[in-house]
This record gives sequence, C-alpha cells and structure tokens, in this order.
Amino acid sequence: MNPDELKDLKEKALQVRRDIIEMTYRAQSGHQGGALSWVEIGLLLFFKVMNIRREDPFYEDRDRFVLSKGHACATLYSIWSLLGWIDREELWKFRRVDGMLQGHPSRRRTPLAETSTGSLSQGTSVAVGMALGLKMWGKPSRVYALISDAELQEGQTWEAVETAGNKGLDNLTFILDYNGLQIEGDVHEINDPTPIEEKFRAFKWETYRVEDGHDFVQLYEAFTWAKGVKGKPQLIVARTVKGKGISFMENRYEWHSKVLTEDLYRKAMKELGVHL
Amino acid sequence: MKRYEIKTLGPPKAIREAYGDFLLSVGEDERVVVIDCDLGHSTKAAKFGERYPDRYVEIGIQEQNMMGMAAGLAAVGKIPFTSTFAIFSTGRPWEQIRLSIAYSNFNVKIVATHGGIATGEDGASHQMTEDFALMGAIPGMKVLSPSDYYSALSVLRAVYEYEGYVYIRLVRPKTPTVYPEEFPYSLGEANLIKDGEDVAVIATGIPVHHALKAALDLEKEGVSVAVYDFLSVKPLDEEAVMDAARKRHGVLVVEDHVFWGGLGMAVSSLLARKGISVPLSFVNMGDEFGRSGKYEELYRYYGLDAEGIKARIREMIG
Ligand SMILES: Cc1ncc(C[n+]2csc(CCOP(=O)(O)OP(=O)(O)O)c2C)c(N)n1
Ligand SMILES: [Mg+2]
Repeated sequence: MNPDELKDLKEKALQVRRDIIEMTYRAQSGHQGGALSWVEIGLLLFFKVMNIRREDPFYEDRDRFVLSKGHACATLYSIWSLLGWIDREELWKFRRVDGMLQGHPSRRRTPLAETSTGSLSQGTSVAVGMALGLKMWGKPSRVYALISDAELQEGQTWEAVETAGNKGLDNLTFILDYNGLQIEGDVHEINDPTPIEEKFRAFKWETYRVEDGHDFVQLYEAFTWAKGVKGKPQLIVARTVKGKGISFMENRYEWHSKVLTEDLYRKAMKELGVHL
Repeated sequence: MKRYEIKTLGPPKAIREAYGDFLLSVGEDERVVVIDCDLGHSTKAAKFGERYPDRYVEIGIQEQNMMGMAAGLAAVGKIPFTSTFAIFSTGRPWEQIRLSIAYSNFNVKIVATHGGIATGEDGASHQMTEDFALMGAIPGMKVLSPSDYYSALSVLRAVYEYEGYVYIRLVRPKTPTVYPEEFPYSLGEANLIKDGEDVAVIATGIPVHHALKAALDLEKEGVSVAVYDFLSVKPLDEEAVMDAARKRHGVLVVEDHVFWGGLGMAVSSLLARKGISVPLSFVNMGDEFGRSGKYEELYRYYGLDAEGIKARIREMIG
C-alpha cells in the first residue's frame, strides 16, 4: 500500500468515526462500541480489497460483504455514503421512522445490504450459501463476512463453519472482530470461545492473526494472504478495541450501546478533532 | 373475566422492570433458576443475578441451548425462567421449545422482553410481531401478554404458581400503568377495565392503555366504549369475548402483532364458531414488517396509539 493510499484511508477512518458518533447521537440510540471496532476493516475491504464498482454497486460479479454482526451497521452506512451509494443526509435519519437506514441492516429497505442481519450468527450461513452458489456458477467473486467474538457462542456459527470447511470454500473469508467484549461483559468470562484458531483449523479452515486490527498495513497483509489460500475457507482473527478512538468508550462494555448525552457527544467529537 | 372500573392512567413504569422485581420476590425459592443470553441488563433478569449468582446462569448468545437446558433443569425439579428478547425467545429456538419443553411437558417459564414494534429503533429484525402465532400454535402453550407493570407482576406470580410451560411477552418502553397495584390473577382470564355501550375494544399488551385513553376521550364526545384487557391471548377468555360482542356497533381488536395467528384471528374464529354475527374491525400490523423509529412514533405511524384507535372507532360508529 502506498503512503497516499494509507493517508487517505486514515482520513476516511476519522470521518467514519465522526459519522458513527453523529448518527448515534442524533438517533439517541444505536451501537457505538462494535461499530467503532471494525472501521479500518470495513474501509480496507470496500476501498481496496473487494472487487466492487463504485458506479454500479449491484455489478453482478462483485465480491459480497455480509455484516453478520448487524448491530454494528453505523459503520457500514457511513462507508456507503463515502462510496456515494447513499445521500449523506440519510445518515442523520438513521433509526428514524422517516429514514431508510434501519437499526440493523435490512435488505428489504436498503438492497445495498446483501442480506438482512441483526440476529447474531445468521449471517455466517448466508455467507456460506453465497460462496457455494458463486462457485456453482463458476464465478470469480469472493465472499467476506464480518463476525463478532460473541457470535462464536451460537451453534449456527459452527454449523456454517463445518460446512464451509468440508466444502472447501476458498472463496470465503470470515473476519473476526475480536474485541473481547459482548453486552454483559468479557466474552472469555461469559462463555469462553477460545481457542479460536485451533477450532477453525479442526474444521478445515486456514487462519491468520492480525495483532492490531486497526492497522491498515497489517490488515492488508492478511487480506492478501486470504486471496492466496487454495482449497480452504479462511479466518482472519483481528484483535480490535471495542469503542476504538473514543477514550471513554474504549474497552468499556457499557458502550456496546448507550445513549449519548450532549456533553459526551461534544467530548467524543472533540477527540475526533471536531470542535463544536 | 373480572370487572374493574379504571378511570385514569398511572405514571409510566416499564413492564420489563416487573420481571426483575418479580424474580427477586421469589428468589428464596431454591427451585428458581434464571438463564440469560447476554441481555440480562435489558431484560432485567440481571437483578436476580446480583442477589442469587449461583442460580443465575449466563451462557452468552445461545438461545437454542438455553431452551434445551431449561428443559433439563425442569426435568430435575428446578423452575427455569428463560430470558431474552421476544424474537430470540421464540423464533430462533422454536423447535427446542416445541419438542424439548412442550412435547416433553416440562415446567419452563419462557419470559420474553421486547415484544412487538414497541421495541422501536432496533427495527424489524428485533421487533417480534409473530410470537402469539408461533407460541400459540404449540399444543398446550399458554400465551400471556400483560398490559402494564402491575399486570405483569400479577401474571408472573400466576405463572410461577402454575405447573407447566408458559410464554410471557413483555415489552421495552416505559408506559403508563393501567392498574393501581398487583391483583389476584388466574391464567386465561381477561379483565373488563372500562364498560361502555357502543363499541368494545379487545386489546392486549401496551395497546390496552392506548385503548383506555381513547375510550376516556371518546366518552367526552358522547361515545361509550368498553375496553377489555386480554392479559391472556391463549387460552382465550371466551366469556369476555361474548360479553364484548354485545356492543351495538361492534368489536375492535387491537394488538401489536401481525393479523395472522394473533388475537384478532382468535376472536374472529370464536365468534364464527358461536354463530355470532357482529361487525369486527382490527388494528394490528397486518401482513407487514415493522421499521425503525421511536415507539411513540411507530404507534402513531401504524395507528396503534390512542389517536389511531379513536379514528377507527369513529369509523365504526359511522
Ligand atoms: C441471536 C441474538 N441474540 C442476542 C442478540 C442481542 N445482542 C446484540 S449484540 C450482542 C452481543 C454483542 O457482542 P459481540 O457479538 O461480540 O459484538 P461486538 O462486540 O462486536 O459489538 C447481543 C447479545 C442478537 N442480536 N442476536
Ligand atoms: Mg465482541
């Protein structure tokens, strides 16, 4: 990745974080923590890794993206706006009765969402189905699904993982947003999903760990690795910080989803370089 | 059916708070076990967990496993209360409920918060508007839907004393109380909370207080409306339905649920079976998914609030 690209992505990351705060403040609801933790992953996918066409979001041979951890959709909507796929004004109507951006991705109301999600772990199987179907058609398209660490507690995740492994779906990449937290606390204390990579490898997946899931360079190496894997689906485990970028939200499980007061909204925006 | 004469609504109090408060009141009973799927602070089950950590089982996001485990706990003499949002209490683990709990006939209490479009901003993915249908279809399942904080306490108490599997739909928002305090309740009963001559409103859940508000307003316009609080969707209080059917201009059924398999369909089928011909009207989610928005805005949008109910009653009396 060249320095200009990197600079541009970093600027975009700041913009997406501002959007997440602005959207959840205006809506007086929504999920900040898990949205902030996949900003870099999302931007890199949509602006560098995935084969998509900005001028034609529904281009038939596009790579597909599934946001299995659907509650974190503020990030996705902000990215859509940066791609020019939706009007930025729509962002400020997030979660409102007069808006189209639903509290969780809705293919029905916004077909840009490849599938509706919000019930955790359902996206995993849909992604497997997409990857299988694309292979049946002999298409070159790849499927990327962002999953959360708490989704590893759901049985459906493991059904999807087993099938993808046995079918050798090498056009499928799961990115695990490993922020260590869920709503009620630390995932390892609530119902420990580790050892994660060993489990996936037992199911015939290849795995790769990114120590800093907010570092574009490390993430890019991981995605490059994934494209090179043959015969097996790939898991990228990205260590992330829930609430990344806002000091009082970082690693605080309460900030999974919390109403932003005006004071805290100003404080958050200030940390993102916006002085109101 | 019991008769009350409710003349005013009380200050707002969230129905789901009743769940936490109720659990604390029976916490000393060693048989009570509460299972949570990473939503304890939302469902208010966490209140129990703070006082009785040994009988509060936090398993993370595993709703199917929760229902199976509840069956197992009941098999060895516990009284398990499962807690999560209505969508994840019914849709995801439906077959576990059907076979492991109902067909095996275990004493499991399925407590669901966040029923209906009242769930609000999270949107249709989280708004369970098909739970009466899904749960009601299971043989022997009782389906309860309290209308306020106090009726929720009353229903939960009855559910706890009853031996058998039950589904209880609670909701997220803070809404005005209908009853002044907890009252004795037997499963299956509806309450007449306001009498009237022209139209009867049969409602369940938080639409009940909207219906009462509508009825009290219409009183001032000289329209006399009866309001029935169907705390139980299944079994259906047949006596209450028959009582309602005697009104001059007909019966309006209001629920935060799709038409198919809901209270409206149950009432229609009973009246048809009894050979009673009475004009029927419905306010519900029809055959639609909800959408994101604040609870109050959504109730206005879909005509489920007092204004919507009034408008429909005016249409009925022509
Ligand atoms: C099946 C299901 N059960 C429960 C929930 C409620 N819920 C929303 S987010 C969440 C957990 C959040 O933790 P995680 O999945 O790790 O997401 P992240 O930390 O990335 O935000 C839960 C339990 C849900 N959306 N789906
Ligand atoms: Mg997490």
